[in-house]
Amino acid sequence: MKIIVCIKQVPDTAEVKLDPKTNTLIRDGVPSIINHDDKAGLETALKLRETRGGTVTVVCMGPPQADVALREALAMGADEAYLLSAREFGGSDTYATATIIATALKKIGFDLVITGRQAIDGDTAQVGPQIAEQLGIPQVSYVEEARVEGNDVIVKRQFEDSAHILKVKMPCLITALAELAQPRYMNVGKIVDAYQKEIKVIGFDDLKTSLNPDWIGINGSPTNVVKSFTKQAKVAGTLMKDLTPDQAVAAIMDKLIERHII
Amino acid sequence: MNKDIFVIVEQRAGHIQKVTYELIGEATKLAKDLGEEVVVVLLGKGITDQAQTLIQYGAAKVLVVDNPVLEHYTTEPYAKAIHYIIKKFTPNIVLYGASSIGRDVAPRVAGRVHTGLTADCTGLAIDPETKLLMMTRPAFGGNIMATIVCRKYRPQMATVRPGVMAMPTKDASRKGEIIQVDAGLTKADMNVEIMEVVKSKQKVVDITEAKVLVSGGRGVGGPEGYEPLRKLAAQLGGEVSSSRIGVDSGWIEKSRQVGQTGKTVRPNLYLACGISGAIQHLAGMEDSEFIVAINKDETCPMMKLADLGVVGDLKLIVPKLTQAIADYRAKQKV
Repeated sequence: MKIIVCIKQVPDTAEVKLDPKTNTLIRDGVPSIINHDDKAGLETALKLRETRGGTVTVVCMGPPQADVALREALAMGADEAYLLSAREFGGSDTYATATIIATALKKIGFDLVITGRQAIDGDTAQVGPQIAEQLGIPQVSYVEEARVEGNDVIVKRQFEDSAHILKVKMPCLITALAELAQPRYMNVGKIVDAYQKEIKVIGFDDLKTSLNPDWIGINGSPTNVVKSFTKQAKVAGTLMKDLTPDQAVAAIMDKLIERHII
Repeated sequence: MNKDIFVIVEQRAGHIQKVTYELIGEATKLAKDLGEEVVVVLLGKGITDQAQTLIQYGAAKVLVVDNPVLEHYTTEPYAKAIHYIIKKFTPNIVLYGASSIGRDVAPRVAGRVHTGLTADCTGLAIDPETKLLMMTRPAFGGNIMATIVCRKYRPQMATVRPGVMAMPTKDASRKGEIIQVDAGLTKADMNVEIMEVVKSKQKVVDITEAKVLVSGGRGVGGPEGYEPLRKLAAQLGGEVSSSRIGVDSGWIEKSRQVGQTGKTVRPNLYLACGISGAIQHLAGMEDSEFIVAINKDETCPMMKLADLGVVGDLKLIVPKLTQAIADYRAKQKV
């Protein structure tokens, strides 16, 4: 069984702070990590390989420095790694990104594709389903349990108020929730190996016979960001200190009554 | 020419979800700015009799695909039906709820149609000059807002975060047209087999629907620390919610966490007890109508955001506040 796991290198948004003066993001010194949902997907792939045999291939689209994320995946135990990187890919929205990745996946070959549900920087949850659509294979998103039986993948798919146990034939794509699996740590021996293994780079030229240049990159993306901004800070509220508990309660009660909340 | 604003109904087990009406309300505003109509797309099994309600909330037309393969949500039959409708009726704009269903089917449809899709929008507007849909959404865990357009492809599509757009008023006298659509669905479209439907055992509380939230963070100290908050919430007719630390520590269930992706709350009152205010949390609740914070640390971000910040010990203040509200209510009744 050949499993491909798509991973994204993201800034650790939990570490992002706002500059209190300018109200802008401080990006300097924010570490880059493998997106949480993707890492859970990778762990699942490694477990499926342990029970079923086969190979785990990791694929990451990004700038050359995303190489670090792929090395981490190799050190966790992935068999091979591909970096999709080209100037032409830059500025791609979800549609264009999925187009590039799907084209590369067709070239690499697979039985099962696993992506994370969504990335913590963009939070769109769109690239997984859009890859599946472009590959013409079934998808199940929001997966919190997965196993393989014969040629079928059996998954638990989460909804807001329920879950479905679904059976889907391979080839197919699933998108993983972080709850799907607790990622293992990198293996020390494998860290050394990871830096000796080759990361195969797929550029625009490698895909151009099957990739329409008008459908990728910033110009080929159906959506464009026209403006980005940080939210306006609110007008400062009232701060009350050095109150006894009874005075504090009275202060809150005044406001609740004034605002007709009680 | 692509025209009209289509809303894809979110129904689970035949129940139309609140986000659908929020979308109809928002679509009505956009339709007015464009001089177009609101068309609602209702997909399901045995669902036709609910079309009238959608008209009462503002649909000029309801397109119904009523088919047994749509009984439970699976991606392909829903994607196929929506794709069929988009090709046949050529909408200008299509809106979906940014739920676990909307966020599954919308990207699939966008891929098939080859058009743009903006995820999890919290603001929609029509540009007065270009007439383009301006789609605003948070990114970076809510730290940055981005406004996105789809210039060259149609329809313009967005998933919209539940709980953000206002509910429209229902008007029983409103008239509209109900159109049955045969989208050519067959059993063969079910490329995923549903083996079991598992209902959540616990009654899942939707904190996004609560008018009052009493929310606890690190300062509550442990699972038992939520008990006084529950009493206060009950007294206020609200629900208890939590910051991430309470959930990660196993003090309270995850469905009550504010600030996860997609879990934006904006109650009339948000009472933050012992929550310092990580940015993800603030992004999830900052649009609350009125924010009261109780915290020992007057310098924390939550105290800065709050309309009223009270420096003090929540363990002393919360029970007294519960009692004070009870007393006040008793006095009002006399």
